Amino acid sequence: MSSEQITLDGNEAVARVAYMLSEVVAIYPITPSTPMGESSDAYAAAGKPNLWGTVPSVYEMQSEGGAAGALHGAMQTGALTTTFTASQGLLLMIPNMYKIAGELTPTVFHIAARSLAAQGLSIFGDHSDVMSVRGTGFAMLAANSVQEAHDLSLVAHAAALESRVPFLHFFDGFRTSHEVNKISVLETETIRAMIDDELVHAHRSRALNPDRPVLRGTAQNPDVYFQARESVNPFYAACPGIVQKAMDRFAGLTGRQYRIFDYVGAPDAERVIVLMGSGGETAAETARFLADQGEKVGVVLVRLYRPFDSAALMAALPSTVRAIAALDRTKEPGSAGEPLFLDIVSAVTESQISPTVIGGRYGLSSKEFTPAMVKAVFDELGKDQPTTRFTIGINDDVSGTSLSYDPSFNIEAGETVRCVFWGLGADGTVGANKSSIKIIGEETDNNAQGYFVYDSKKSGSTTTSHLRFGPHPIHAPYLIGAGEANFVACHQFAFLERVDVLSYARPGGIFLLNTPFGPDQVWGQIPAEVRATIRAKNLRFYIIDAAAVAQSTGMGSRINTVMQTCFFAISGVLPREDAIAAIKDSIKKTYGKRGDTVVARNFMAVDQTLANLYEVAIPAADPSPNGLHMRPTVPDAAPAFVKDVLAPMIAGHGDDLPVSKMPFDGTYPTGTAQWEKRNIALEIPVWDEKICIQCGKCAFVCPHAVIRPKVYPAEALEGAPEGFKSVSARFKELPGQLYTLQVSPEDCTGCTLCVEVCPVKDKTQVGRKAINMAPQPPLRVAESANWDFFLSLPEVDRTQIGLGSIKNSQLLQPLFEFSGACSGCGETPYVKLVSQLYGDRAVIANATGCSSIYGGNLPTTPWSVNKDGRGPTWSNSLFEDNAEFGLGMRLSIDKQEEYARELLPKLADIIGADLVDALLNADQASEAGIAAQRERVDALKVRLDAAPAGPKSPLVKDLLAMIDVLVKRSVWIMGGDGWAYDIGYGGLDHVLASGRNVNILVLDTEVYSNTGGQASKSTPLAAVAKFAAKGKGRPKKDLGLIAMAYGDVYVARIAMGYDDVQTLRAIQEAEAYPGVSLVIAYSHCIAHGIDMTRGLDQQKLAVQSGMWTLYRYNPDLIDQGKPAMVIDSKPPSISPEKYIAGEGRFQMLVHSDPTRSAALMAQAATNNHEHHLRLEQLAKGE
Amino acid sequence: MIDLSTSYLGMPLKTPIVASASPLSHHPDVIQRLEEAGASAVVMYSLFEEQIIRSSLELDYLLTHGAESFAEALNYLPDHGKYNVGPERYIEQIHELKRKVHIPVIGSLNGVSPGGWIHYARLIEEAGADALELNIYNIPTDPNITGADLEQGYVDLVRNVRAEIKIPLAIKLSPYFSSLPNLAWRLMEAGAQGLVLFNRFYQPDFDLESLEVVPNLQLSTSNDLRLPLRWVALLYGRVPVDLALTSGVHTANDVLKAMMAGAKVAMMASALLKGKPDEVVRAMLMELQTWMTEHEYESITQMQGSMAQRAVAEPSTYERANYMKVLGSYQDAGPTIPDVTLQAGMLYPVD
Repeated sequence: MSSEQITLDGNEAVARVAYMLSEVVAIYPITPSTPMGESSDAYAAAGKPNLWGTVPSVYEMQSEGGAAGALHGAMQTGALTTTFTASQGLLLMIPNMYKIAGELTPTVFHIAARSLAAQGLSIFGDHSDVMSVRGTGFAMLAANSVQEAHDLSLVAHAAALESRVPFLHFFDGFRTSHEVNKISVLETETIRAMIDDELVHAHRSRALNPDRPVLRGTAQNPDVYFQARESVNPFYAACPGIVQKAMDRFAGLTGRQYRIFDYVGAPDAERVIVLMGSGGETAAETARFLADQGEKVGVVLVRLYRPFDSAALMAALPSTVRAIAALDRTKEPGSAGEPLFLDIVSAVTESQISPTVIGGRYGLSSKEFTPAMVKAVFDELGKDQPTTRFTIGINDDVSGTSLSYDPSFNIEAGETVRCVFWGLGADGTVGANKSSIKIIGEETDNNAQGYFVYDSKKSGSTTTSHLRFGPHPIHAPYLIGAGEANFVACHQFAFLERVDVLSYARPGGIFLLNTPFGPDQVWGQIPAEVRATIRAKNLRFYIIDAAAVAQSTGMGSRINTVMQTCFFAISGVLPREDAIAAIKDSIKKTYGKRGDTVVARNFMAVDQTLANLYEVAIPAADPSPNGLHMRPTVPDAAPAFVKDVLAPMIAGHGDDLPVSKMPFDGTYPTGTAQWEKRNIALEIPVWDEKICIQCGKCAFVCPHAVIRPKVYPAEALEGAPEGFKSVSARFKELPGQLYTLQVSPEDCTGCTLCVEVCPVKDKTQVGRKAINMAPQPPLRVAESANWDFFLSLPEVDRTQIGLGSIKNSQLLQPLFEFSGACSGCGETPYVKLVSQLYGDRAVIANATGCSSIYGGNLPTTPWSVNKDGRGPTWSNSLFEDNAEFGLGMRLSIDKQEEYARELLPKLADIIGADLVDALLNADQASEAGIAAQRERVDALKVRLDAAPAGPKSPLVKDLLAMIDVLVKRSVWIMGGDGWAYDIGYGGLDHVLASGRNVNILVLDTEVYSNTGGQASKSTPLAAVAKFAAKGKGRPKKDLGLIAMAYGDVYVARIAMGYDDVQTLRAIQEAEAYPGVSLVIAYSHCIAHGIDMTRGLDQQKLAVQSGMWTLYRYNPDLIDQGKPAMVIDSKPPSISPEKYIAGEGRFQMLVHSDPTRSAALMAQAATNNHEHHLRLEQLAKGE
Repeated sequence: MIDLSTSYLGMPLKTPIVASASPLSHHPDVIQRLEEAGASAVVMYSLFEEQIIRSSLELDYLLTHGAESFAEALNYLPDHGKYNVGPERYIEQIHELKRKVHIPVIGSLNGVSPGGWIHYARLIEEAGADALELNIYNIPTDPNITGADLEQGYVDLVRNVRAEIKIPLAIKLSPYFSSLPNLAWRLMEAGAQGLVLFNRFYQPDFDLESLEVVPNLQLSTSNDLRLPLRWVALLYGRVPVDLALTSGVHTANDVLKAMMAGAKVAMMASALLKGKPDEVVRAMLMELQTWMTEHEYESITQMQGSMAQRAVAEPSTYERANYMKVLGSYQDAGPTIPDVTLQAGMLYPVD
């Protein structure tokens, strides 16, 4: 049966099949499996039917545990089901998986296999998650490529129905889930032919049905549980045969034959590697290559890992095998070996042959696994005494496990063309390359592959696209290596000074550069190192001013179409005319539904590109002196750890770091983001000191802590760089001092929120403010010097100023700075404010999500320290447990404080009664009180250190070990709405009920921002989000009112864009409140589809429209005879339509379904009004 | 029996009251009620090409902004693949109106690009509109563009659109032309069958507290009738096109004045938006009939143009002397002469 060939990624390849074969699809977002749920939701929203002609019910749950529970129920009542997950999500499903398998209920869970959070979280691919559920009783089917993931999805569903054993179908996260490859798509008839409706009916017949009632899910006793557990054995024994039968049937339909263990390589191989997943592709291709050269090597690809059919494995091995290496993409610390290795050992032990079996780990967290590494393993197997337990792909200089390998070893066919593209996140580079792959894959006979790498920043990130195409199918699930690319394109000129973009280029290759400089000037404008490489590798050098072409054709900053046209024009993969026609066709397909203008502008960009594309003649001589140079990754002044460990990560050389450089328990220093000068702003704010009123609003809203005021004595100005600005300070507590507002040019992201919020208007030109944006490059050197000097100025004495005003609060040093959050992020200003007010004594529990990523994703962290070395101490446990995690911190600190306070009187003779008394009765309600207590603790340390040895020495040591807790700690539990409203709500509720002194800050973006905008229970009515593609039909959950129901919880809703003083006050009251405090902060977000420069305006409109009422509910007021509720915003004064006009999430529905949008917005207006009335009743004490 | 019938753009109409382009045409049920009350035709709200372009670009921005930047979030909004950012909704509403009412439905178009004007004019014709009104405005800000350039652009546009569609074509104009009769003549020659006088511009205001330019959309009053009234009276009989008077028609008296000046129809928007639209029309028509009965008029056609410049005893009252006289009387009353140039100077480009 012939089938269509298209290019798509692994997630889509799987979702297409899973959706077709399901009726109930329970979903929850988790990287890298999220797109499968998104596709399913989109299919259902578009009314796409499944195999039986009905549209599946796709339902988002509150967690993966919830999804598994819902599926369990759906299966028990007869539905065909599926779900998609990964990593921690799969772990949350474990209890249900035992149940589902125990009850022999057929289903398929599709897993984009991913690392588990251990010493650190990782979103990338390995088998740690799937290996953790191998005891559940699920069958486990591994797919090695995009095509296999597509095909084996079908095999899994078919085999599950026949065997009654539920299946885990897994493939490598990112490497397969996100790789774009040309595959043969299954025809509906093929899927139809693979599924036996009789088996579906049999499944239905086992459903719970009150017409034929049964009981399932009993509690069993010691007398029978064991026997019952053994009763399923025949099903597991039959399962491998059923899977093979399905594979054979599939082969008959498609011509693609799979086996539960497939052998590739020399028929008389002596050395064999056994593995599964995408690494299998690499190993198999390498084995073929080496076998062709006469080496006796082969590979067994494990497809069905559970139930493990030892006999089938042994049958797959050539009888000549002498040594086997089992490669596991997981780690089980302390085990005798990783799981696959142990299974192989077991199978071999029970067989008639006795080859040597060794076990190795590879590829954790998407670590590259290349043919060179495969060869190293084969070489190891060839040794008389191979290393029995090893790692490959890293340098383990601690335990000596790692095998060395020759990175220059390459097996790729000469006809394969390899291209690497450097882009800036969101500049369209990746999208253009996806389009190019589609064009090459679908318009030519070539096979094509694309894989995309993103760094860990949400703003100004660097992307690299790795494209391969050629006449043969591409089985190369690894990145293009150094010196291998025929074509390297750098879409951002600024990269040249900080990244070795040409490391990928092969000699004689092509280099395409987007540059503002013309063909006659560019040579003198690129760093000497780049010039040297171009000469050394004899590269052909092309340039285009893509920004100018994009601007002139109305494309703004999106250079994708221009660069794509250049690629086709230079690469010659298609005749030029055909290529342009194909690009235009692709533009029509991609953008046609967005309107003619978008298409027309893209067409114009295509047409104007070629006239602006030049080949640069390499000059005979370089500029003298040798011109510009690449910049060091971090400044010389950086600490050793930053230089030795973090800088290589920043430079993209983290793979080269040996094990010994890694903190073994995942502990890293803070204050490191300051060394990563990213220079991503095209424009930065410039202070007009003459009209500034020193209000501090700019610093207050700055998401990246790059604009800061300082007040300092005049003498501190000595040695200031020329041009350093200062004026007389207007602070009544600080008379006679100077004031400076300074910007860090290299850390600013250019978001412009500071300019937007500036209340000053130049009287001669109202469009000017007291800060105005100006191009960064000409300012960089001077302002960097100014910034360094600014940092050297003394910080304000926290005890000398009141902190009730915005302007004073902004004199406090931010201890959260330069995060990689989105430019203009709506969350980080709140986080930064907490760090300013309480950072020097804050302990932070951070839920997984955006805030844990911009807060804790390597290489650097924005959490910082003050001059005394104090600052927020931070940890992330999980997504679902953050409230409990934070409560645990509080319990621990309280317990230690209690014990310390118990010890003090016992050691009064050593410490002195007065000091003991002062320590025990200290008033720490103010900055002055805190400072005084710190001095007491310092004095206490001195006295304890000086205490002579004696019978009380153990107590002295005990007290010294926890002495710091005598200074009041501020515990903050932070996270987004996905955590607080959904997955973590059970724990949050328990903490709300605890009465303990914790501060909970919910950064409410009303959507799962970190995973790309899925609906949460916080998503407002009528907003479109992923998993709510038709617009959310239910109102937002009112977390504040729920918390108030406890009566003793401080609750505030804040939105700094509407009322910054209320924000400040609420956070201060929350911290001061001695019980649980919950602050829900409106956080505008890129996922709202807004112009991020208008985020604060949107906050204002949200409040004015009643979509987000501000209030503070303070139970302490009840004791004063007042109502606890204070409403801080006026009743709705504008219609919600005004608010939603600036929000894409709402406008999507206005455009796609205006009737539904209007109805939901009318309901929203009513809800807002009623909500306000209810709050007013509370405010009146009713 | 009083005959209220008239004709406009070759279409026979039962009464001279036409619902002008306004948001009311978003609501077919309202137009249905207007028809029952006696409105004789409806001009749809304007299809703004600029709005279509903006919506299209906004949608593209939404779907691409921040995309492909971070491994966990390759985009932020679901792509429905189907959006009403083009003229689809407008076209659909013409269809719907044509299904629901029997009175003529006149499309209204405001384009920005030459191709856009023609493309959308064709679409409106294909959708079944009985006629098309081109709502042209082009607020010049470039000192290099002369009045002649601008006018020639209008004329070319009308010629190009005329060549592409068969339905009657009317042009809605602003009053700000040096020689409106000349332009009107050239537009007629280019193929316009009707002129609609006048477009009311969005005139921004200043907020002195926030120091911001703010939109300030004010509905018309009967006082606004005078400007179009004069120009209808001046053009009537001079330029052989159908004249429609719009701006300031609030009462039966306003309709009578429009007819006497020479208008074929009186178009209303503000008055309908202020009150219950059908009741307003019904009451006006009753009043109109009463007035005509009392004053022994038999038909609307009888009075059309009866007070046009060429028909009145003192034609010069329409000309410059009229203006001088008013200012003179105003000055006599005490206040200083208002800055009559301010209004034109306050025109801002609408972007």
